Amino acid sequence: MEKNKFSITLRVWKQKDASSKGYFESYKVEGIIPDMSFLEMIDVLNEKLIKQGKEPIFFESDCREGICGCCGFVVDGNPHGPDEHSTVCQLHMRRFKEGDVVTIEPFRAKSFPIIKDLIVDRSALDKIIAAGGYISVNVGSAPDANTIPVDKNTAEKAMDYATCIGCGACVASCPNSAAMLFTGAKIAHLAYLPQGKPERTKRVLNMIKVMDSLGFGNCTNEYECEAVCPKEIKVGAIAKMNREFLFANFLSEEEPQLPPVFHKSTVDVPEDE
Amino acid sequence: MLKLDAKIPSGHIEQKWDSYKFNAKLVNPNNRRKFDVIIVGTGLAGASAAASLGEAGYNVMIFTISETPRRAHSIAAQGGINASKNYRYDGDSVYRLFYDTLKGGDYRAREANVYRLAQVSSQIIDHCVATGVPFAREYGGLLDTRSFGGAQLQRTFYARGQTGQQLLLGAYSQMMRQVSEGNVKIFTRREMMDLVVKNGKARGIVVRNLLTGELERYAAHAVLLATGGYSNVFYLSTNAAACNVGAAWSCYKKGAGFANPCFTQIHPTCIPRSGEHQSKLTLMSESLRNDGRVWVPKNKGDKRNPNDIPENERDYYLERMYPAFGNLVPRDIASRAAKKMIDEGRGVGPTGEAVYLDFRDEIKRQGLDKIKEKYGNLFDMYYRITDEDGYKSPMRIYPAPHYTMGGLWVDYNLMSTIPGLFVMGEANFSDHGANRLGASALMQGLADGYFVISSTLPNYLASTKFEEAHIEDSEFNDSENSVRSEIKKLFSIKGNKTPNEFHKELGNIMWENCGMGRSEEKLKKALKLVPSLRDEFRNNLKLVGDEGFNQTLEKAIRVRDFLEFAELLLKDALYRKESCGGHFREESKTPEGEAQRDDENFAHVAVWEYAGENKEAELNKEQLTFEYLKPSTRSYK
Repeated sequence: MEKNKFSITLRVWKQKDASSKGYFESYKVEGIIPDMSFLEMIDVLNEKLIKQGKEPIFFESDCREGICGCCGFVVDGNPHGPDEHSTVCQLHMRRFKEGDVVTIEPFRAKSFPIIKDLIVDRSALDKIIAAGGYISVNVGSAPDANTIPVDKNTAEKAMDYATCIGCGACVASCPNSAAMLFTGAKIAHLAYLPQGKPERTKRVLNMIKVMDSLGFGNCTNEYECEAVCPKEIKVGAIAKMNREFLFANFLSEEEPQLPPVFHKSTVDVPEDE
Repeated sequence: MLKLDAKIPSGHIEQKWDSYKFNAKLVNPNNRRKFDVIIVGTGLAGASAAASLGEAGYNVMIFTISETPRRAHSIAAQGGINASKNYRYDGDSVYRLFYDTLKGGDYRAREANVYRLAQVSSQIIDHCVATGVPFAREYGGLLDTRSFGGAQLQRTFYARGQTGQQLLLGAYSQMMRQVSEGNVKIFTRREMMDLVVKNGKARGIVVRNLLTGELERYAAHAVLLATGGYSNVFYLSTNAAACNVGAAWSCYKKGAGFANPCFTQIHPTCIPRSGEHQSKLTLMSESLRNDGRVWVPKNKGDKRNPNDIPENERDYYLERMYPAFGNLVPRDIASRAAKKMIDEGRGVGPTGEAVYLDFRDEIKRQGLDKIKEKYGNLFDMYYRITDEDGYKSPMRIYPAPHYTMGGLWVDYNLMSTIPGLFVMGEANFSDHGANRLGASALMQGLADGYFVISSTLPNYLASTKFEEAHIEDSEFNDSENSVRSEIKKLFSIKGNKTPNEFHKELGNIMWENCGMGRSEEKLKKALKLVPSLRDEFRNNLKLVGDEGFNQTLEKAIRVRDFLEFAELLLKDALYRKESCGGHFREESKTPEGEAQRDDENFAHVAVWEYAGENKEAELNKEQLTFEYLKPSTRSYK
């Protein structure tokens, strides 16, 4: 059952912690089977490194089914790798061939400080949710679930945006490190549902304010986020967020708020090792 | 001996929960802030408990092993969540959901708990819809439902193939609302290492900060464990990499009874393994069995392309063996039937360890678009992993360890044998007996977190006299010191084998000897192999790095706990001589090869009690009584 084994050279970003300087280190990985996942290939390499008493490559993954959003790094310049709309845990080695040199590095954004090697701190995303990414309803107080009908198309649209796994690839792909696809997806999900209506103006104003304060950049219509999103979330999320923002500012009774200030938020990346 | 009082309220089963709530002691809203509550785990049970207790005004500290609560493995649940709404008017009721769940669990669950679960199921759907969970809907705007295994009606609510994700994000958002209100504080990247017991009550935990390696102490009035299941004892399972038994195991060692560890569930529809490098098995939702037909070739060793095998040479064995339920028999039965086919030499694919799941007929009947709409993401996932197109030729599936019905013993309050230690969701044992029905895990996690604990915890807090407890207390010192010395011990071994190698070896032993078919001979063999592997671990573990941020060390600690826990699982499997649910003892079967339960000798919960290092765990029993549903032979024919 084993198809042709092959080997590649893996160039990996190594960085001890947020304050240390990082560098690329190359590893030769042999005996790769096409059916292996990319992460399993690193597992095999790490086992070998541990055996040799060397430090393994630090990376994160959990479900390895593309749903938990835990894994994520940049493969040859692409967040989550060359496959379209996929997480890196779903990338398989059949995509590569003998002799390939593959470069992997962490998601880079000012708001995602590097913790170690390929691991970054994405907790800023949770702060955005805490600013209003919810509907305020207490346990036990809800009416019967069928009291408010939601037409199927609207429910499907809400679901399209709700599928965001919060992996942060959109931020990593954006030249401005914007978190607008993530934030927009959450706002759109709740704005389309009738249950989300009572808090919709407050929600969009608060979430944008916090998003901005965390150092994420603004959208300049690059569409990179949509291209890499593992859950195929469309930039319509950002348009919806902007419409919600306008609505909140001009048509609601909320205190008007300035739109996000434009700033780029990238970090310096060294050219080579 | 453990005192096993289930504390089931008196009265008719339909009134028990209401009468419990009426008789429960309450905590005055102004006093709630004075109570600190620790929750370990941020999956459905943990996050929903944090939300409901935060709303009530308790001071909640919640801990997760992950970088964010959103990664908890509840997120991977695909198919749906059951509720007895009877929106389809197809004969559903609280009583029928109660009946299906108890029967599905092969009469090894506690009646009163299961009834309560069925009772609150409707409210869960109401609450989830109100909190913005985008469930699938009909064109008229009302909620859609579908069928799941073990039920002859459509009571499963779903959000595409991502129901767990949507429910978890819903519970998470409710918890984040409490974070913003200041009632809940989240501690990420912390792994629970030990439970601290003072004056006989659970009063805190010691956690390892995974980024710094520092041990941290937290004190509270109650500790709520929601740390999921232990399927990773089999190494290859559908669980996420971080899922482990460590937190539950540390509670067991502090005096919490461990109930029915041998009740593990093997899920029938997983993607088969592809080689030695395999790190996990990927599940594909049971909902696929709504429209997919399971078959193997009639003839042994038929290596033809499945599309070339004519109709009369295919054996749709589930439809043949179980005509009433067909492809939708419960998981344990579907898994065993697959094993039977494979043992007969009729397995398919390169390894011969798979059966077909075929959508050809339904694609013909409903159209490709309809099938794509229902299961598109699952077909995509199958394609990514196997490089095969499930629309064009049948998928190959194989059973894999998935869910664990066993767990820490709890009473009706969800309290373990240690006062003040509560256990919720998959981590407890109470609702699914020997086999869990599909779409019931999400139901139980949210029932426990949103609706049950929010009534039972206040009763405990209001009726207990609390002594002072501080993190400087000697109990906290002792606990931290022992955790630290155990970690130092691991570093001092300096052997040659990696934690992962030990885990893989353990998994092989468990799967071969305590997987789908278990026998006295195999279990006794495994009971020799596991302790000797554990000895080897203690003498030959290889670690790198230091006591700071160290993923190899994290793995080593988890494997250490699995190596101890596995023995208890085997011991329980050997003790339970009957077959029931997911626990199939080869010695106990009917002439047709179906599981043969032994109600006379085993209608009880086996609760194991820690007796000390290198001592045999002691057996305690909670007799199960069935007042409302008389145990019958489970038939899906």
